[in-house]
Amino acid sequence: MSKLTPVLSASWDQADSFTIEGYKRNGGYTAIAKALAMQPDEVIQLVKDSGLRGRGGAGFPTGSKWGFIPQGDNKEHYFVVNADESEPGTCKDTPLMMANPHVLIEGVIIGSYAIRANYAFIYIRGEVTHVVRRVQQAIEDAYKAGFLGKNILGKGFDLELVLHVGAGAYICGEETALLDSLEGFRGQPRLRPPFPAIAGLYAKPTVVNNVESVASVPSIISNGVAWFTGMGTEKSKGFTLYSLSGHVNNPGQFEAPLGITLRQLLEISGGVRSGHKLKFWTPGGSSTPIFTDAHLDVPLDYEGVSAAGSMLGTKALQIFDETTCVVRAVLRWTEFYKHESCGKCTPCREGTWWLVQVLKDLEAGRGSESDLDKLLDLCDNIMGRSFCALADGAASPIISSLKYFRQEYLDHLVAGKCPFDPMASTLFETAGVK
Amino acid sequence: MSIQELGTESQVQIEMITCVIDGFEITVPKGTLVIRAAEKLGIQIPRFCDHPLLAPAGACRQCLVDIEINGRAFPKPQASCTIPVENGMVVKTQLTSPVADKAQKGVMELLLINHPLDCPVCDKGGECPLQNQAMSNGRPESRFEGIKRTFEKPVPISSQVLLDRERCVLCARCTRFSEQIAGDPFITLNERGALQQVGIYEEEPFDSYYSGNTVQICPVGALTGTSYRFRARPFDLVSTDSACEHCASGCAMRTDVRRGKTLRRLAGEDADVNEEWNCDKGRWAFKYEVAKNRVKSPMVRDSNGQLQEVSWPEALAAAAEGLKNSRSGVLVGGRATIEDAYGYSKFARVALGTNNIDFRARRHSQEESEFLETTKLTATYKDIDNADHILLVNFEPEDESPIVFLRIYKQVHKRSIKVTTIAPLASRGSEKLKAKLIRTTAGDETQAITNISGLTGKSVILLGERISETEGALSAVVKLAADSGAKLGWVPRRAGERGAIAAGALPNLLPGNRSVSDPAARIDMATAWSIDSISNEPGMSTDEMVNSDLQALLIGGVDPMDISAEAKIKLSKKFIVSLEIRQSDITEIASVVLPVAAVVEKSGSFMDWQGKVRKFEAAIDQTLNRSDVRILSMLADEIGKPINLPTVKSARAELDSLGNWDGPSSDMKMRNPTAAQKVSGDEAVLISWRNLLDKGSLQDGEENLAGTARKSTIIISNSRAQTLNVRSGEHVRVSNNYGAITLPCQIGDIDESSVWLPRNSLNSQLIRNLSVVSNSVVKVTKA
Repeated sequence: MSKLTPVLSASWDQADSFTIEGYKRNGGYTAIAKALAMQPDEVIQLVKDSGLRGRGGAGFPTGSKWGFIPQGDNKEHYFVVNADESEPGTCKDTPLMMANPHVLIEGVIIGSYAIRANYAFIYIRGEVTHVVRRVQQAIEDAYKAGFLGKNILGKGFDLELVLHVGAGAYICGEETALLDSLEGFRGQPRLRPPFPAIAGLYAKPTVVNNVESVASVPSIISNGVAWFTGMGTEKSKGFTLYSLSGHVNNPGQFEAPLGITLRQLLEISGGVRSGHKLKFWTPGGSSTPIFTDAHLDVPLDYEGVSAAGSMLGTKALQIFDETTCVVRAVLRWTEFYKHESCGKCTPCREGTWWLVQVLKDLEAGRGSESDLDKLLDLCDNIMGRSFCALADGAASPIISSLKYFRQEYLDHLVAGKCPFDPMASTLFETAGVK
Repeated sequence: MSIQELGTESQVQIEMITCVIDGFEITVPKGTLVIRAAEKLGIQIPRFCDHPLLAPAGACRQCLVDIEINGRAFPKPQASCTIPVENGMVVKTQLTSPVADKAQKGVMELLLINHPLDCPVCDKGGECPLQNQAMSNGRPESRFEGIKRTFEKPVPISSQVLLDRERCVLCARCTRFSEQIAGDPFITLNERGALQQVGIYEEEPFDSYYSGNTVQICPVGALTGTSYRFRARPFDLVSTDSACEHCASGCAMRTDVRRGKTLRRLAGEDADVNEEWNCDKGRWAFKYEVAKNRVKSPMVRDSNGQLQEVSWPEALAAAAEGLKNSRSGVLVGGRATIEDAYGYSKFARVALGTNNIDFRARRHSQEESEFLETTKLTATYKDIDNADHILLVNFEPEDESPIVFLRIYKQVHKRSIKVTTIAPLASRGSEKLKAKLIRTTAGDETQAITNISGLTGKSVILLGERISETEGALSAVVKLAADSGAKLGWVPRRAGERGAIAAGALPNLLPGNRSVSDPAARIDMATAWSIDSISNEPGMSTDEMVNSDLQALLIGGVDPMDISAEAKIKLSKKFIVSLEIRQSDITEIASVVLPVAAVVEKSGSFMDWQGKVRKFEAAIDQTLNRSDVRILSMLADEIGKPINLPTVKSARAELDSLGNWDGPSSDMKMRNPTAAQKVSGDEAVLISWRNLLDKGSLQDGEENLAGTARKSTIIISNSRAQTLNVRSGEHVRVSNNYGAITLPCQIGDIDESSVWLPRNSLNSQLIRNLSVVSNSVVKVTKA
């Protein structure tokens, strides 16, 4: 029996899953009727009871976040969806919005109702033009159907939903940088406190939720808390999207209860690239410390991954087989962080600049063993010293790769070059391109 | 940004917080940042982005410390510049926490990897926070072996500020200053990552009157002043605390001198006045003192009409001969120190036996004389800090008293206080203050003043000196202040005016606010000066003296073109004794010229607009030039009626000993309001004020500063532009029977019957070109 629990992805194989008709045919837009019949605080309580935790990486309980919004403060509240999915390896929100944008919109309506917001925003990264168009069309259709705008479903609740297209900065996935960007400024993280729940968008109480977290809400409303908590583990409830990529036979999205293991997911997805074996993998995108084949049975929930020394993150499982040079992979990620560092704080701005230079030398086999200690010490001076978590993400793959593959770094130095054939790790390797 | 409720500051008792830093307990007011609390214990946590007058940024990460609260430790070191102390907080700085120490050394190493380490040629070397803290909190040697980031250098972000991007540590002090303090967000950070850099907008230079402060607060050598660049090393400079001579804001300053020459001036610190800021004029306009046309020795005009250098005894004798036994008067000018003004005041009464003395080398009126004699001016910067409403009347603080502007802007930024301006147009300054504009034209301000309502005892009324140009306006203000209880402040442009009032350099006023018309006050002064009596005849004002048949005038630093277009010709018919630092229009017509010291060469004090005394010492001591009061004392001796003020100190002591008059004072005679002049067709009422940076003589010789002066334009209303069929930027001609000015026009929110020009800017010097400055009908036509 398959361990999969398709909810968000249940309709993805239908050709018209992205249309409002398709969504309604599959039971869409029924949760809002139920939600709008409840008191807003009851909706918040229900989401709290469900134990739904943020799917954007940090895993903060969604209901609690909603509960932080001060009520009766006579201020405008804002509901913001973080759709700036940019982490290397992370690729769940984009297909979700492609295939089922209305489930997100329904979640936005429910969330906005719960926190008493009459304006909501979806901040989406600018590179995914096709997704932007689809979500924009979905919003227009939802307006036409009376799910957005004035007096939704005749319940007296008004909501304006605005799609905002970002300019393509990884840092804008950080919620306060996102808010700055949404306000029209350069995306750089804000000093906290005040937290967005107190002074977020335009200094008003604001909730910022990940796409998948918001999209999960309608099903919880429709099916109830018991249904949701029936899936997952003790502290990590429900289902989620696991994104498998890299050296795996059938890459893609796998929606399963929290706590599933990579071993199980590999079984479902046809295993590691045929003829090869697992070398290392990321549990939640490139910012999370890497795992090896020793971690195949780690339960992929918030606690399990954390106990094993990494983070569940965005559940972006990038699979690398034995043909991959770990130094090279880490260098590529580090170059990404250098490119995406916003420049606000010293450790990230200068640190990533330096890390790339050190790693380039190591990858080319230049340097000595003491450079590895320097690299680790450098990571120690960056990790936990920066303004936001971006730099932590930059240091994590380096520290973890040195933990598990120090010898491979040394092999580079002994060989005076990279001992791997980079072509061997490519997917077209078997076609003999060399 | 939280908006603080009005008036809560003083009423709420400040809660105190006790915490422990490096084992020492300390109690500080709630809201104090950890880095500041540590300072109170003498514990210096290194920092770059932190600045006590800017909102915390937490960007540089240099000030990381370990913190625990009630036994619960933060998992990682925290930026002490962003975290307020809490009860039960235990802080461990680099002194007691190896983690904090390593974190700080790590950040320092990272800051230096892309820094050029060109300290030997950098202006900042020797006074550089990066250099100093790299020594105190850095590793002895860098482990960086890679390639440093480089940029083209330097980039001029204005004519007076240069940017070396590779030196920048991106602390954002300059950009935050420009946004939060000056309200001129013309520099910003752009690009990202290690390529992030300070920059200006395309084709928009760093257009701010306060740009020099960014150079001063830059913790590295990234921002440098064009005029100072590569001129000196800090350790070769001798610094002297000084006071700014450019306006009545009263800035504390620091003057840095090397071998008898001023190399630069910086903003000094005075929390009650300029905090830590000053304006670019105060910072950079000091080249006038080394101008080629300095008067170096006394001169007497010979029988051929040529000035000849002579000895001091000869010059004093000639001056005394011309002054004594003649009907004479004294023009002090608005830039004298209090001590010098006192010297002039006493000289007029004792040596010349007259009340003919006036400091006003600008438009003035009898109403103003009476206002200055009778009105209590009580407003201070503190009152601005606590004000609920600020009313500006014919006063453009950004141009006419820039630190007053910063102080108001601070409260607008912090508390959104209400500002109302009675003015002919919405200037850039009043737009930044989000001021409510009550649009008037010259001559009809009185009605607007009378109509003001809603002022309270916490309100502040600030008057510009131009208010005297409208008859009746000062009377209306006095009534408004009395009725509302609002604090009144009068903010003249020049630094010496308040002091000159205190020193009695007015025809109706003796020192210490003693009225000439009050017999008791006259007796009081005559006794103090050991003379038989003081003339009971009220003296003449500046205009009256110039137009009178007085035979002789003693003139301090006055430009006749500030008085009127004909003043020079009229004065040339009199016997003139000129006390001057440079050759001028007055020395050209003077019979005797006596050189005096420039501000940096003497000690003394100015009185700022609040009435606060701003003392300063001579920054340059290798000079033979002496303060005016010393020369006046010698001249009085020569006349045979000594004033006995041989030094600045003795003048100061004598004035202090006089005290303020505590006898009865009279009320001001109220004037009736006037109406604005009627205009029709292509006529307009002329309105003007002086831009901060203009053709003022104290700005001579500083081209880089002049480069940031606002462009001269003629401001007309939209309807006039349509009538004239001109678009913004096209040339317009303003003319009268005397002359004409042609400049590009700017369409502004100005009264339709009015036209505005800068009073004394490039190609727009109104007295010179039109012979009038305001409240006069001119023709406006398409050029």
